[in-house]
Amino acid sequence: MTDAVDPFEAIKVVFFQECDELLGDLEAGLLAIEGGDTDLETVNAVFRAVHSVKGGAGAFGLEDLVRFAHVFETLLDEVRAGRKTCDDTMVKTLLRASDVLSDHIAAARGQADPVDEARSAGLVAELEALTRGDVYVAPAAPAPMMDGPVMAALPVDGLPAMDEANDGNANAVAAEVPFEPVPMMPGLPEADEFGFRPVAFDLKALDTLPPPAVASGWRVVFRPKGRMYAHANEAGLMLRELGRLGQATVTLDASELPDLEAMSAEEGYLAWTVDIVGASESDVRDVFDFVGSDCDTTFTALADVAASAEAAPAFDIAALLARAQAEVAAPMTLEPIVSMAVAPSAAGAAPAATTATPRPAAAPATPSASLSASPSVTAASAAPTIRVDLDRVDRLINVVGELVIQQAMLAQRVVESGLARSSGISVGLEDLELLTREIQDSVMAIRAQPVKSVFQRMPRLVREVAEMTGKRVRLVTAGEDTEVDKTVVERLAEPITHMLRNAIDHGLEGPDDRVAAGKPAEGTVRLAALHRSGRIVIEISDDGRGINRERVRGIAVSRGLIAEDASLSDEEVDNLIFLPGFSTADTVSDISGRGVGMDVVRRSIQALGGRITIASVPGKGSVFTLSLPLTLAVMDGMVVSAAEQTLVAPLTAIVESLLPRAADVHYVGGHDAVITFREKFVPLIDVAQVMGFRADPVPPSTGVAVIVETEAGVRAALLFDAIQGQRQVVIKSLETNYQQVPGIAAATILGDGRVALILDVDALVTNARRKPARADLKMAS
Amino acid sequence: MMTEVLSSSTIRELIAFRIGEQEFCIDIMSVREIRGWTPATPLPRSPAYMKGVINLRGAVLPIVDLAGRFGLPSTEPTARHVIMVAHVGGRLVGLLVDAVSDIIQMDGSTLQPTPDMASDQVKAFVKGLFALEGRMISLVELGWIIPDVEAQAA
Repeated sequence: MTDAVDPFEAIKVVFFQECDELLGDLEAGLLAIEGGDTDLETVNAVFRAVHSVKGGAGAFGLEDLVRFAHVFETLLDEVRAGRKTCDDTMVKTLLRASDVLSDHIAAARGQADPVDEARSAGLVAELEALTRGDVYVAPAAPAPMMDGPVMAALPVDGLPAMDEANDGNANAVAAEVPFEPVPMMPGLPEADEFGFRPVAFDLKALDTLPPPAVASGWRVVFRPKGRMYAHANEAGLMLRELGRLGQATVTLDASELPDLEAMSAEEGYLAWTVDIVGASESDVRDVFDFVGSDCDTTFTALADVAASAEAAPAFDIAALLARAQAEVAAPMTLEPIVSMAVAPSAAGAAPAATTATPRPAAAPATPSASLSASPSVTAASAAPTIRVDLDRVDRLINVVGELVIQQAMLAQRVVESGLARSSGISVGLEDLELLTREIQDSVMAIRAQPVKSVFQRMPRLVREVAEMTGKRVRLVTAGEDTEVDKTVVERLAEPITHMLRNAIDHGLEGPDDRVAAGKPAEGTVRLAALHRSGRIVIEISDDGRGINRERVRGIAVSRGLIAEDASLSDEEVDNLIFLPGFSTADTVSDISGRGVGMDVVRRSIQALGGRITIASVPGKGSVFTLSLPLTLAVMDGMVVSAAEQTLVAPLTAIVESLLPRAADVHYVGGHDAVITFREKFVPLIDVAQVMGFRADPVPPSTGVAVIVETEAGVRAALLFDAIQGQRQVVIKSLETNYQQVPGIAAATILGDGRVALILDVDALVTNARRKPARADLKMAS
Repeated sequence: MMTEVLSSSTIRELIAFRIGEQEFCIDIMSVREIRGWTPATPLPRSPAYMKGVINLRGAVLPIVDLAGRFGLPSTEPTARHVIMVAHVGGRLVGLLVDAVSDIIQMDGSTLQPTPDMASDQVKAFVKGLFALEGRMISLVELGWIIPDVEAQAA
């Protein structure tokens, strides 16, 4: 199937993209159910997701995927119909099934190895057992039997993808039930202008079925009136209910059905005679409780009719239901389609659109969306979206960045030219500035994505790690809709994965230890995202044992990371785990001890311009907090000057700024200055000198000291000549046309059109400990 | 104009420029634009011939003082100096020169090899020499203009 000449290749790519979204919906829905969500719509969404995957997979002939999805879907349909309650065990199974489904999709896509057959087969068996488990009416498994016709009714809308999927389903049904499958679709007739396809039935074939044996039971003659449909009841469902009471034989009386021209869309014309073997009168009457006077019904004991009545042609209940579906589908095509597609459940006028229709989303959408491969996707997605090549967006962002700079330059020139503020040019320029800002914000918003795409991958990881460690873990997520730049989202996955692993592997105790400590056996790991002061904050917390500071310290000493007598605060000890080569697990475990430690996490966060902090309470748990910029394209900076050069210091690194008094500055040895800051000595770095902008140091009291903190928590004071102000700057890479420069993170372009360098505070503080720039590398300007 | 039209198929169009008293040339196809000198933002811890970076319509453009790069006395740029914006190995680099003198067409077969007496630094950049109306024009190889990251690590 992955042949390059495959004409479906392009469509297939779209299908797999949709699969990703559907898998996300599926997992989100299942997790919501696990969390106690009992809303029918959630179950429906889960069902739709699996169903759409199956439908699409059928169209592409992905047999394995279809087969698995079908079993999965069958169980979900049971849940959806309320025949099976979704308890904890069930949800767990469903979640594992969604993992395997995702494996199947990955395998079909050629991205992964073939699916673990044993695992897949095991889950199929499990799903089937659960499906069967709830069937309380004995022999012929009526539930899946009733499913067939409903599925089979769908080809009315003539969707190729659905056809194939449903054919498969119909066959599966036929294999389970005791009677002959009825050829229901002898070639699809052309749809009329309303999208309605007449459905032909071969009734003769049915006559060959043997008449039912007379037994105890009831005969119901059921003649619905139009208003029964208007009250959102559906004959098909009621027949299904009857079918559940016992072995049912249904006879259709279509004698009153007028020609299509004379037919009123809202009238009921069909009547049924249903013989139910083994059912009690009260059960049978209960079925009609809610329809009351909306239909004519007569109830007769089967024993009474057996002698006199001539056996009417027996009729396959499946075909009947299909017929009933076809009937209700017809009026629906006449309804305003748009409103129905948007809110199927609100279309009260349509007889079948509400709870009565087994596939509420698929059915109403189909008449209009005859080319769509999976109509339920159309109906399920809330807002219309388009897929855009990322390069195009990036190009747009670059150009807008230049627009902002040009606008700022222009504004500055106008100010310099001494034009009155009330002049037309100045006023127009202000409007331009507002527009430019708005364009910039809007363009940035295009790249912004909810962190959901990353968070969605985590439940599976947590399940797998929990399984491997033998711990019981519940993952709670919050703030999935928090948006952040796409690049940031993409690069969040790895650190979050790593930290979740750590939280479960190192943070949480085993169930026994937890119970002994008076905690619930199931540990909780919380993953939350939120916006805070222009940055995105990701919190990963667990209610485990917390950081064992004694042990951390012991390990750090034994690895020579700190001196044995070093006096460290609790916070400093916690931060030791970020040191390269540190691993707190005594035994290297399979999960988090792969030689990749927290130092890697910290480095990847730093590469994004972020920082990571820990708060830990022994016995109560730990909280890891990641704080990241919302975008890698702009940042907040403090514009400073040093030896006539304009530099930008990242605001995130700045603690505070102060005017150094001569009395606060001390010298250690020859010229290594320190400054007193909150009763501590921090190194004072003359930036202009370190950068080589001037050869000789100036008295610190003539400048401004900015206290910065590196990602490692080391504080230093940077000495500048003056602070110009604070502003948002567009980040420009130096490496695009040149190369990395030590001590410089990137460049930006200021309002005067000149390039200003953005300081790499960490490198600056670390390098300053060594030696100032060599004199021969000093820059002339 | 002193354009010479030659019939050979190896004709190359070159931009000739002046540094001090010497004339050099580079392939016209690698030059994107020529602009006047604008003050550059100096880069710390960079070789002396790196004059810094300027804003070229939103892009950060490094400026190389070709005189300094060739081992000639380094340039103190004024408004009369010229920056040639050139493609060098996928990057855009501004080349600071005294003046752009001409667009010339030369037959590649008339290129003479750089004599052995030249210093290694010059030979690294000068691919060969053209003779034109009694003048000597050195053909510059741009590939080595920007130092490698490794070499820069000091």
